This record gives sequence, structure tokens and C-alpha cells, in this order.
Amino acid sequence: MLETEVVVSAPPHIRQGLSTERIMWLVVISLIPAVLSGVIFFGWYVLAIIFSSVLSAILTEVIVLKMMKRPLTIKDGSAVVTGLLLALIIPPTVPLRIPMIGAAFAIALGKQIFGGLGYNPFNPALIGRAFLLASWPSLMTKWVWPVNSLAWAGKNADALTGATALGLLREGTTGIPYLQLFLGNISGSLGETSALALLLGALFLVVYKIIDWRIPVSYLGTVMIMALVMGQDPIFHLLTGGLMLGAFFMATDYVTTPVTPKGRLFFGIGCGLLTMLIRRYGGFPEGVCYSILLMNLATPLLDRWTVPKRFGEVKAVG
Amino acid sequence: MRLRTFKKGIHPPGNKERTASLPIEVLPLPQQVVLPLGQHLGAPSEPVVSVGAQVLTGQKIAEAKGMVSVPLHASISGRVVAIEPRPHACGQLTPAIVIENDGNERISSELVSNHNLDELSAEQIKDLIKQAGLVGMGGAAFPTHVKYSPPPGKQIEYVILNGAECEPYLTCDHRLMVERSSDLILGLLAFMKAAKAQKGFIGVEVNKPDAIANLKQAAAGLPIEVLPLQVKYPQGEEKMLIYAATGRVVPVGALPIETGVVVNNVATAAALGEYLRTGLPLVSRIITVTGQGIPNPKNVEVRLGTLIEDVINYCGGFKEPPGRIILGGPMTGPAQYRLDIPVMKGTSGILVQTRAEVEKPDHAPCIRCGRCVDVCPYNLLPNYLGDYAEHDKLGEAEKYGILDCRECGSCTYICPSRRPLIQLIKNAKSKIMASRKKG
Repeated sequence: MLETEVVVSAPPHIRQGLSTERIMWLVVISLIPAVLSGVIFFGWYVLAIIFSSVLSAILTEVIVLKMMKRPLTIKDGSAVVTGLLLALIIPPTVPLRIPMIGAAFAIALGKQIFGGLGYNPFNPALIGRAFLLASWPSLMTKWVWPVNSLAWAGKNADALTGATALGLLREGTTGIPYLQLFLGNISGSLGETSALALLLGALFLVVYKIIDWRIPVSYLGTVMIMALVMGQDPIFHLLTGGLMLGAFFMATDYVTTPVTPKGRLFFGIGCGLLTMLIRRYGGFPEGVCYSILLMNLATPLLDRWTVPKRFGEVKAVG
Repeated sequence: MRLRTFKKGIHPPGNKERTASLPIEVLPLPQQVVLPLGQHLGAPSEPVVSVGAQVLTGQKIAEAKGMVSVPLHASISGRVVAIEPRPHACGQLTPAIVIENDGNERISSELVSNHNLDELSAEQIKDLIKQAGLVGMGGAAFPTHVKYSPPPGKQIEYVILNGAECEPYLTCDHRLMVERSSDLILGLLAFMKAAKAQKGFIGVEVNKPDAIANLKQAAAGLPIEVLPLQVKYPQGEEKMLIYAATGRVVPVGALPIETGVVVNNVATAAALGEYLRTGLPLVSRIITVTGQGIPNPKNVEVRLGTLIEDVINYCGGFKEPPGRIILGGPMTGPAQYRLDIPVMKGTSGILVQTRAEVEKPDHAPCIRCGRCVDVCPYNLLPNYLGDYAEHDKLGEAEKYGILDCRECGSCTYICPSRRPLIQLIKNAKSKIMASRKKG
């Protein structure tokens, strides 16, 4: 007879090793190059912003969960990811209360109010940013150019103050070398400027099979096609604003994007269309944040419209 | 050359190294066997012996009841000591015939050996398949003869033998293909003749090169093709195997016969071959006893009805207090909580996990990562099915194809939130079927 207790559970009895927790920490690792780029171009203060944002995200999660008497889920790492992502998409000049308030809002009203991880309809970091932009429009659009950028900008350096590359495009005065755009030696949110750093992180996520190629590829592809259609420089659009960060790290957020392969393609295309429409005709020079948030809203519909054909499914007659 | 396979699926660690090259050992006859009347899908068999009767090995002790049922045979000689409910792998007590060994191993003299395939008609072979008590030995235990009685107008073109053995840990089919290939080929030829099929296939994953080479040699000159298959789970699932072998897709809700194909396990074919050669019906089978909790993993041939405790003791007992005892492979085998359950026709292995290997049954909310969608071989959306099942939205679940799920477990294996998707789906499916029955 069996003298000890054994576990009786439904099969399968083996699981692959990748847990939600591990996925979140891999995302954090993948953002290290972007953090470094922020420090290199905008200085040490960037770290204070990131720290404030992450700390506020964690604390808010603890407080909200305690208030709701729900088990603490800090260990899953999702609050850290939200805090980190939010910090990367705000200007490097903001006072520290801005990332703190933003992260608290993102966690409390962007995520926990809906039931926590897995239930939030919108990307919490983007919700945080949208809230900050609406509440402190001047602080949230106070841009600086990296000290190093003066070297390549030369006598035009004066003209750079107070705008991003996309802002300059609106004014019709760009002419920033592609290399500088690619390296991220330009003004912008503290972690969004360096395509190089973001692509390194994205490559890491693709290699570890954390993100699917479909959304970033369809997103970036649509932006380039739209730029051509609008008679603008597709490479410039690709390398400026929050596009790289948005396409690889925001539009690939699992919870708020479709699960079906086709749904993901449409999601990326929708983000691309909206981004370019906002960049060209919107009130702000940049539209990545709102495009993704709007497409988040369409996610349940996209899933419904793109249910894959079952294996052996015969086309319905009539 | 690209290996044949199906789309999607998973790559769990095989863990077959410990037993893959161990020759089949024969377990000494047990003191007692417990033979449940319901070892197969369909109606349980009906006893034709009573308590106190002396029975011989191979003697019929229960008759098939209805079309979807098979007879049952004494797996040892001795005395019937009880016909009563006994523990069954399903977790409940079910009626079983208990035989006490007389130690003489007297074999029934009524058995007819050395059938000549050339002299048998298709109908005769079909009858023999049923008389042998054959069921699917890969685990499903569906009565084999039923598959060879296609509805009128349906032709069977191919018989496919499933030698994929895609379940991790199990190597019993592997050893069978290496050591018993002539019985296997004989059984396949008989299946083909019964089905009037033009061609036979044997699908084997390429991680068993010795089996493939051996079968190729045994099948030389015959209308039988050995198909090396990619190592991927669930390669041995019926519809996936048909797709890999023939490119044909079994329509949703239909049986394989719709595509002119019948699939049987290699062990079932070998059992038929052995029956034709020796006259001995299905009274034993090969199982793999393995896992971190087993000191001496083995492939053993055991008489049906042998209690798993006897088998585990033969393999050295438990190395340490076991964490989980699984009948069959880790992907689909049911976990057991007692050791006095018998090896049955569909039992392919005994897997013992240590406590360290057993994860806590914690699970987190779905993060919609889509990994389950990426691996589901039936192209379902397991995350949604799990949600609908959890919240009793049975109509939605049905609309999204929950009944097409074959419960291979790939979604649950891959889920980073450790959601018990298959458990949820199984529950919902049985609720749906129950409400249908009520009408």
C-alpha cells in the first residue's frame, strides 16, 4: 500500500520552465540598453527618474493590493516593468514627482482597478504617460538635446532647443543625420531616442522568444509605407519619436494586444496608420502613445474577427 | 529532406534515455490479477465465469457486450476468487474479475495457433481481431475491430501504425519495434487485409533510429512504408499522424475513416500478430516503468491485471517518497493515489515523479501571451476556451471549438501562468456532453 501522500492532479504533469515572472524579468533586462542610452545622452538624473517611477509603481501596487485584501503579486515583476517603461517615455527634465504620480496612476487606475495583471484593457505605462501629458502638458513637453548633440549640430545648435526631431519636422527644419537618429543623440523621452539600444533589447526578446515579430514588423512597415504615401522620409519617421520603443516594447505587451497571429498583424497595421495620421495631422507631433492605446481598445474585437480556422474546419456553406 | 510532421505542437524534453536501450524484461507472474471489465472505451464486458471457477491462461472470462466492446481473457491460470468492484485507474471502483494464480501457467487448449493469413478472409480477420480482445494500446483503448467496420460506402485506403511514441519518458513502443518487428508486420498485414487497404504506413519519430532501421528491414518487399517523423508532441495524436503521413486533414467532428485511413498503435498490431502466430489473445503488454522516483527503470512485459505495486517493486520500489504516480506518459496519463490498481490493455507506462519534481498547483491569471495559441495543433484558442470554461460560458466555449480539443496538453505545458487549461476544458466538455444527453 501507499504509505505517503501523493499529488493527484490533472495532466499534463510536466511544464516548460518559462514562467510569467521570468518573462517580466527578461523584459527588464532587455530594457537595460535603453536605460544606458538615456544616461549617456541625458545624464545621471535619468536614473533618479527611473528609480522614482519603479519605486512608486511597486509601492502603489502594494498599497492597492493591501487595500483590496488581495495577495501581493509584486514578485511577478509586472509592476517593475510598468514603472520602468513609463520612466523611459517621459522627458529627461521632469521633476521627480512626475514619474511618481504617473507610475502610481498607471498601476492603480491603469491596472489594479481592472483586477490586476491580465485584466487591464490598456497598456498601463501608456495610460500613465497619457495622464501625465494631459495634466502637465508643459513639463511633459520640455525637451532637451543631449550635450553631445551640439558637436554634430554645429552652428544650428541654437535652433534645436525646445523641440524634438518630429517637432522640428513640423517646422520644416530637420536635416539631422541618420546616424545621430540611429544612435539616439537627439532630444526626446529619456529612453526612446536610441534606436540602436532599443533594437539590441528587441533582439534579445526575439531570441528568447518573448515577443512575436508580427506586431513590430507590421507596425514599422506600415509607418514606412504611410510616410512614402505622404511624401515624407520613411527612415526619419522610423528613427524618431517613440516608434521603436512603442513597436517593440509597448505594442507587444501581451495583455493588451491580440493573441491570434492575424490579429497581431492587424494590430500593428492599425498602430502604424494611426501613428502616421497623428504625426501628420494631429495636435501633437508624435502619436505612438495614443495609437497603441486606441488599438488596445480594439484588441477584443481583433481577436474575435481573426479566430484561426480550426484544424479540419470545413468552410461553412452559404 | 524535411521530415514529415504536423503544424505547431511542442518540444518537451524526451527523458527516454534511461530506458530506450533496455531490452524488454518479462515480469514474473503475479500472485493475483485484477481484470476490470471496463478496460476499453464502450460497454464493459460481461463475465462468462463465476466465482470459484478454474480458468486457464487465454481463456475467455468475459464476453463483449454490444458492438463497441471486446471480450476479456484470463491473463494467468488459476481460480476466480472474486467478481466485484475494485480500484481502477479512473479513480473509482469498477467491476473486475480477480484471479488467484495457481502457479502452473496452464494455457487454454482451445487456442488456435499459426493462422495463415492467405487463407483468412477479411471478415474472418475482423472477427479474430475482436476475439483477441484487441483495443488501442496507445492509451485510448478504443475497441480495434470497430475501426475495421467502416460505415457503408467508406473505403479504407491506408492503415497507419502509430509508432511515434511522442509522450516523454515512454519507450515501450520503441522496444517493441526493435524486438518484436515480425509480429508487428504480421499484424499490420492482417489489418491491411481486413481493411482491404492498399498500403500500410508505420510512423516513427526519428529519435528511434534503430526501430526505423529494423522495421524497414522487416517491411522490405511489402506494401508497407516506414515514415520517419519529426520529434514533436503530439506527433502520435491520430489526426496529426494522418496529416503527417498522408497530408490528409480529418474534418472537424469526423472520424479518420472520412479520409480513408485507419490508425492503430504499433503495440496493437504486434498483439494481433502474436495472436495469429500463437493463438494467445491479449493477456499481456509491454510497459515502461520510469521516472526520477524509480531506482531501476525498465521496459517490462506484464500480464494484464498485474497491480502496479508489483511492477514498481520489480523495478526496485520507490527511491524516495513519491511525489506523483502517473499511469502512462506525463502529458496525458492520469495521476494515481493508490498502488492496488491494475495494468490494463491501454496502460503504456508507470511514471513516478519525485516530490521535488511536482510543482505546487499555483496558477496566475492569463497574461494573454498567446503561447497556447501558438502551440495548439488543432488551431484553437486555449486561453479563451479556459476562460469560458472557468466561467461556465459553455455556449461560447462550444462556439470556439472546445469539443475539437483532443486534450493533448500542449497549451497547459507551455502556459507561463501555469493555468490548468486542460482541466478546465475537460470539465466544460463533460458538462456540455451531459447537457446534450439530457437533450
